[in-house]
Amino acid sequence: MIKTVITQQDRPVLSPEKMAEIQGVIQQFPEGKSKSAILRILHIVEREAGGWLSPDTMDMVAEILSIEPIEVYEVATFYTMFNLNPVGKYVLEVCQTGPCMLVGSDQTIEYIEKTLDIKVGETTADGMFTLKTSECLGACGYGPLLKCGIHYHEHLTNDSIDTLLTACRNGEVEKY
Amino acid sequence: MGRKLLLEHIDVPGIETFDVWRKHGGYLSVEKALKNMSPDDVVNEVKNSGLRGRGGAGFPTGMKWSFLAKPEGVPRYLLCNADESEPGTFKDRYLMEKLPHLLIEGMIVSSYALGANLSYIYIRGEYMWILEILEKAIAEAYAKGFLGKNILGSGFDLDLRVAPGGGAYICGEETALIESLEGKRGNPRMKPPFPAVKGLWGCPTVVNNVESLATVVPIINMGADEYVKIGTEKSAGTKLISACGNLVRPGVYEIEMGISVEEFIYGDEWCRGIANNKQIKALIPGGSSVPILPAHLITKLATGEDRLMSYESLSEGGFATGSMLGSGGFIVFDEDQSVVRNTWNFARFYAHESCGQCSPCREGTGWMQRVLHRIVNGQGNMRDIDLLADINKKIEGNTICPLGDAAAWPVAAAIRHFREEFEWYVNHPEEALKRNYGMLKNTPTTV
Ligand SMILES: Cc1cc2nc3c(=O)[nH]c(=O)nc-3n(C[C@H](O)[C@H](O)[C@H](O)COP(=O)(O)O)c2cc1C
Ligand code: SF4
Ligand code: FES
Repeated sequence: MIKTVITQQDRPVLSPEKMAEIQGVIQQFPEGKSKSAILRILHIVEREAGGWLSPDTMDMVAEILSIEPIEVYEVATFYTMFNLNPVGKYVLEVCQTGPCMLVGSDQTIEYIEKTLDIKVGETTADGMFTLKTSECLGACGYGPLLKCGIHYHEHLTNDSIDTLLTACRNGEVEKY
Repeated sequence: MGRKLLLEHIDVPGIETFDVWRKHGGYLSVEKALKNMSPDDVVNEVKNSGLRGRGGAGFPTGMKWSFLAKPEGVPRYLLCNADESEPGTFKDRYLMEKLPHLLIEGMIVSSYALGANLSYIYIRGEYMWILEILEKAIAEAYAKGFLGKNILGSGFDLDLRVAPGGGAYICGEETALIESLEGKRGNPRMKPPFPAVKGLWGCPTVVNNVESLATVVPIINMGADEYVKIGTEKSAGTKLISACGNLVRPGVYEIEMGISVEEFIYGDEWCRGIANNKQIKALIPGGSSVPILPAHLITKLATGEDRLMSYESLSEGGFATGSMLGSGGFIVFDEDQSVVRNTWNFARFYAHESCGQCSPCREGTGWMQRVLHRIVNGQGNMRDIDLLADINKKIEGNTICPLGDAAAWPVAAAIRHFREEFEWYVNHPEEALKRNYGMLKNTPTTV
């Protein structure tokens, strides 16, 4: 299901370094095939835009790639990694698929819900955390686990979750 | 001690760097292939090695390569499938994270064999830090003259790039991967035409799994004749197994094909048995898409012989009493786990991951998920069990890509071997909820 709230959000301002990075991504593909760069550019731009893609941000990507906005919407709505709604500063994505369930991911989700007083899909009132579930993250032997920023936090226990949340609050965890 | 062909040097400090990798025999296969072998020689060597695709389907790699169309003046592409999202599978991650140069080496030799001058590694978007590891290693290989123009003076040019996905299991299916790499939604294509004829940007393309391409390295180094001596007659060589679930020591292991399942689960060198001194209840040996096996069919075949870790032994007995080696995603259930609940969990996974193009898959996976959810939550009835079998039959074989089958088979297998447990859920709704195997009550449906 696609849930997009049309919240106006200014386009992220891309630094010259980011623009150069994006041009570099485009150059990884042959002449005329720059559309292939779209996923990686969406990852980069999403990071710059505070963790989510507004329609306006997606339009910007369309302009960069000289394609129609709909081509970007199509892609951004298909792939689950992209957030189409505003998210907290840290997005916690707990794997809920079978092998993780066997080693207690349900309890992990429950514990985070209780600790942060939010449900899956919600963001804490202070805008710090968004809790999401995800399907198999390819780390099934190290569960229960969650992804926060680009890193995985594995073999979670209630204690290690507490430590992680505190580290996030103290700004000690890489956001993306 | 089994032989290690892929992970031999994994514990060497700094093995992720070019220099250390090179010191331990790295890139010798590139020298051998580019200097002493023709591309066809490499293809033949891989054919003779009996290597079967390690991504799940087990299709012979050399044969796949020989199907590649070679029209004059049209570029050909080799794509490495590093999407790794089949639940239970986490071996490619291990290999790429620890031994990036092994994959790069395998891709150089394979691209040479196929005549590809531009190759991509398509890696799942969640593995972004591994993408960075790979790009660093690729930059080293360029600097040392193993990538780029005229590699080792052979006249062969190769550019190698990495591209991330965006979170979609279906992009592991080869034609969906190609669509995704073209910057589109990951909708699988109708076949034919097969990628070998019309793949990336309409050009002939080969898609291979990370482990398959890495395995080309030892095959070229040792030669097919030596390689086939390892493993069994029908399953040559070694295989990475990612073991998870209720094990004392889950993890990624390289096994010689043909060791017994019993040894793998209980042996000291491997998983060391079931966690918390419990008994084993069930096993899914090859990733979430393959049939589940009940306790009595795990270490023994229906005939009473030992079951072995090989393509042929794991599938012995067909779907009635066997399963498949698949991707090597080895999922172990202890006695306290609920097969019914796990079946629902996987059904939810497939419903979530269906790309939605074909109605049997889109609607069928949703139906199965909802019916199973009903049973798990004590609201099922006996007819539901047969209804599941019926939905199954309507999906099977009626879809564009194999995801439909992959969703249907596990449900069929669970009912085949654990029908009593399904019936128990239906007959004991209250207890089902209470007993819920330590799990949450009334988990909301997410689809
Ligand atoms: C739904 C679906 C998901 C798949 N996911 C993967 C995957 O994550 N990794 C992979 O290597 N192969 C995956 N495959 C298999 C690929 O389509 C393809 O057969 C494989 O990459 C070929 O490589 P191989 O012959 O080296 O195994 C998947 C297939 C299907 C139908
Ligand atoms: S079988 Fe399912 S995943 Fe495959 S193309 Fe059809 S709808 Fe998409
Ligand atoms: S099931 Fe959680 S990482 Fe695979």
